[in-house]
Amino acid sequence: MSNHPNAVLRRARVARGLLIGLFLLLGGAFFRAQVLENETYLLASESNRLREVPLPGARGIIYDRNGEIIAENLPGYSVSILSPTEDSLRSALRTLATVVDIDSAQQELAVRRFRKARTRPAVIFNDASFQIVSVLEERRAEFPGLIIQNSPKRYYPDGPAVAALVGYTGEISDADLAKERYESYKAGQQIGKQGLEAQYEELLRAREGQRFVEVDARNRVVRDNGVRPEVQPEAPPPLRTNIDIDLQRYAHEYYGDSLRGAVVALDPKTGGVLALYSAPSYDINRFIGGIPASYYNQLLGDKHTPLYNRAVAGTYAPASTWKLATAIIGMERGLVTMGTRMPQPCTGGYWMGRVFKCWDKKGHGDITLAEAIAKSCDVYFYQLGLRIGLDSLLAGGVRLRFDRKSGVDLPFEKTSTWPDTRKYFDRQYGARGWNPSVVLSLSIGQADNAQTPINMAKFYTALATDGYAATPQIVAREPQREKILNLTPEQLQGIKDALSDVVSRGTAAGAQIKGLTIAGKTGTAQVNGQKDNAWFVGYAPADNPKIVVAIIVEEGLHGSSAARVATKLMERYLKTSLTIANTITD
Amino acid sequence: MPTSILRRQSIDIPLLITALLLSIFGVAMVYSAGQVETPRAGVATLWQKQALFFGVSLVVAWVVMQGSVRLIEWSAWPLYVLACVMLVALQFLGTGAGTAASTKQWLTIGGVRLGQPAELAKLATTFMLARVLAAQRDTVTTLRELWKPIMVVAVPWVLVLATKDLGTALTFIGILFAMLFWAGVPWPLLLMLASPGISLILAFSTGVWGAWFLVLVALVFWYRPYLVEGVALVVANVVMGVVAPLLWDTLKPYQQKRLLVFLDPSIDSQGSGWNVTQSKVAIGSGGLFGKGFTMGTQKRLEFIPERQTDFIFSIVGEELGFIGVSLALGLFLALFLRSTRVASRAADMFPSLVAFGLMSAWFVHVMVNVGMTLNLMPVTGIPLPFFSYGGSFLMVSWLAVAVLLRISAEGRGQPDALGL
Repeated sequence: MSNHPNAVLRRARVARGLLIGLFLLLGGAFFRAQVLENETYLLASESNRLREVPLPGARGIIYDRNGEIIAENLPGYSVSILSPTEDSLRSALRTLATVVDIDSAQQELAVRRFRKARTRPAVIFNDASFQIVSVLEERRAEFPGLIIQNSPKRYYPDGPAVAALVGYTGEISDADLAKERYESYKAGQQIGKQGLEAQYEELLRAREGQRFVEVDARNRVVRDNGVRPEVQPEAPPPLRTNIDIDLQRYAHEYYGDSLRGAVVALDPKTGGVLALYSAPSYDINRFIGGIPASYYNQLLGDKHTPLYNRAVAGTYAPASTWKLATAIIGMERGLVTMGTRMPQPCTGGYWMGRVFKCWDKKGHGDITLAEAIAKSCDVYFYQLGLRIGLDSLLAGGVRLRFDRKSGVDLPFEKTSTWPDTRKYFDRQYGARGWNPSVVLSLSIGQADNAQTPINMAKFYTALATDGYAATPQIVAREPQREKILNLTPEQLQGIKDALSDVVSRGTAAGAQIKGLTIAGKTGTAQVNGQKDNAWFVGYAPADNPKIVVAIIVEEGLHGSSAARVATKLMERYLKTSLTIANTITD
Repeated sequence: MPTSILRRQSIDIPLLITALLLSIFGVAMVYSAGQVETPRAGVATLWQKQALFFGVSLVVAWVVMQGSVRLIEWSAWPLYVLACVMLVALQFLGTGAGTAASTKQWLTIGGVRLGQPAELAKLATTFMLARVLAAQRDTVTTLRELWKPIMVVAVPWVLVLATKDLGTALTFIGILFAMLFWAGVPWPLLLMLASPGISLILAFSTGVWGAWFLVLVALVFWYRPYLVEGVALVVANVVMGVVAPLLWDTLKPYQQKRLLVFLDPSIDSQGSGWNVTQSKVAIGSGGLFGKGFTMGTQKRLEFIPERQTDFIFSIVGEELGFIGVSLALGLFLALFLRSTRVASRAADMFPSLVAFGLMSAWFVHVMVNVGMTLNLMPVTGIPLPFFSYGGSFLMVSWLAVAVLLRISAEGRGQPDALGL
């Protein structure tokens, strides 16, 4: 072996060089990790040990126009558990089940919640009773990772009266989480599911607070106080609506448990929604903290579909309430005036290949347009429809916005049905499957014409004012009005007078209220296989309208019955608002 | 120069102080490793045992220092045989511990763990290898001439591999190559000797392996070994290139995963990659000054696995930051440079080779262990000298220090002998 001093010296130099070089490389790697990439690793280290426990905040309070509460928050408790693994969660749930009542479905739900967000506490009870909380607090030491905290719960003082309007809240679903709208949300959070709660989710949502617990490598809570300063939740400002809660209650009382239908009341000048009710209703307060499966199944199975918001999603043949549209289209085209009489007087029917009946078999005789509106003569409007012609009638309906949504600030509004052109019929029935006599049915609000109560109410805001239709809005903001009637003031006044006559001496005469002038139109819509639906759309006072009401009573038989409810609602609202106005003046 | 067996010599103070500082640093870190949020029986008090081992090690080192290098040379054979016998005994009496539960690293008699014979084997093999290499007077020019040193290492290496202690087995390879280098074996021969191993690793990428093979062929043509040797070398490399994928297939899925995780820990950060991922987080989050002694959150909350043994350096990184890491690495570098100096100033070839061999064993441990904490090296379960908790390892480390001090003492008298 080479042990010459020079050889050893050379090898020692190489070895030293290698040692120093490799140590410099090693030191460089540590410098990069600890100094250059320190922040990244520091974050990773923090997220390792800290688990965020959400502090739910109270959602925004919803008020009616007079400051009465529609939706508020009550103190409540949630119970959740922070578990390292699914197995340990299941084990904890089994132990918990020996102390409090948790059925297997609730246990599975908690496990599903855990799977969605493993680092967040899995919620067991969203709305725990005081009894559960006190039992668990007493035995807290037995359940490491158990988190009991204040969790404000939603409460609707007028529950069933506002169900369709205000909707309800619920736990965000997987499908919702995938939507862009909810990208800032986390599994387990509550969101508005229906009605105003869903529509104004962004405004009503509380800013969630946070507290932190420190966990070890096995996700066991090591420290749950003072780990990091808490961030308190923040409640959003209240939401003020145009709703008159008294009117809502009245509508709910009227429909009770037996009737079906919907009521929409609007301020004709602003479009402010004064009432929006759908019957039958349900108790949204039972949805809080998770809908009991039995109750939800009961609602789903109910043949009267209480979960269906008839005011905005129920589409019905508007029947005679639509005759005003036919009259307006005719007047706009210069085909008729309020004094125009039709070639054939009403003898109870009109022949066009077959007899098209008038609702009054006796006939209305030779009458003017004004009288035809007041008496709701079908034969007059058959002839007016023919005079307008199918294409013009369809185009006119489109211009009066009967083919679209009202634009109310509620989710799930259904688009009204109105054929835009005759191609609609070709698409619907085939080119030979229909004939132009359909214009007769369309003229009186039947056939392929299905309107939502809110869309009809919107149309009548134009009649009640100066030809401008106001977009219905529940939450108070700048009114949005759009001119849809191209009538002269005289023509519009003629229409208004005719509508007043409907209530003063026409089909809704029985619904008169002493001391109150009311204008409106009844409608009785035939529905295959069931009794006729009753409509009334009108406004009051007739000379200075402050409220427009559209009401439908399914199987209500005749529009006059609906008119009686509508006028009562108008009276109630006008009296109350008068009282409030006087109070303010005093 | 005449030497007596029990001769007193002056002490290499820098070497001793460096080793003492490393040991004190190590005991402090074992203490910190026990400071966790969920104290488990025994963990918090391990530092006391380590301190006791340290004390005993110092006594043993003092005793060893009283001997002479000649005594070590005489004892090389008996020690080597004893170590090999103990390694054989491990096959029957060996048990595992901790994460190495499936191995047979600890000699256990009557349920009492006596220690890790592989640690003694490292020392004995170093002595034996030094004896063999020192006895080889002629300069080595062929691979065939290396059969003796290779055999000296191969026997304990195979026995250690049989105990599934891959980390220590790696150290034997390091010792062999380092001592061959120090003995003056030309680097082309070292490269050729290492080539089958290199082929085994590179064969997973055909292109890279092809390039390496061309380099090897060029090396053979340039160095011109015996024809038989050259052919054997090329064949060995081809065979390794061919069997590598087959060997891969014979690995158990968890073993494959462990190797893949080395390339990218994120593929299984909750499983096989957990240790390395958490270690990197601990070190990286330590920053320049660290989170403070005993204050490391990754450690306190038990995110760092094996924190008192294999991953103790992660605690240094987390709690003392880059400053602490630099200090520890600086101490190690000082120890290695001083040991190299001792090797280069030794009286003759045997002590010189022993000193360099001991240094190289430490070096492999430090590089692999410290590199492992940052995922620069695969996780092999190799402890960090003077730091990792463990009696036999600390004692063997101090035995090595004692031997180095003895060699230094005996070499100091004749610095000119090696021209330094």
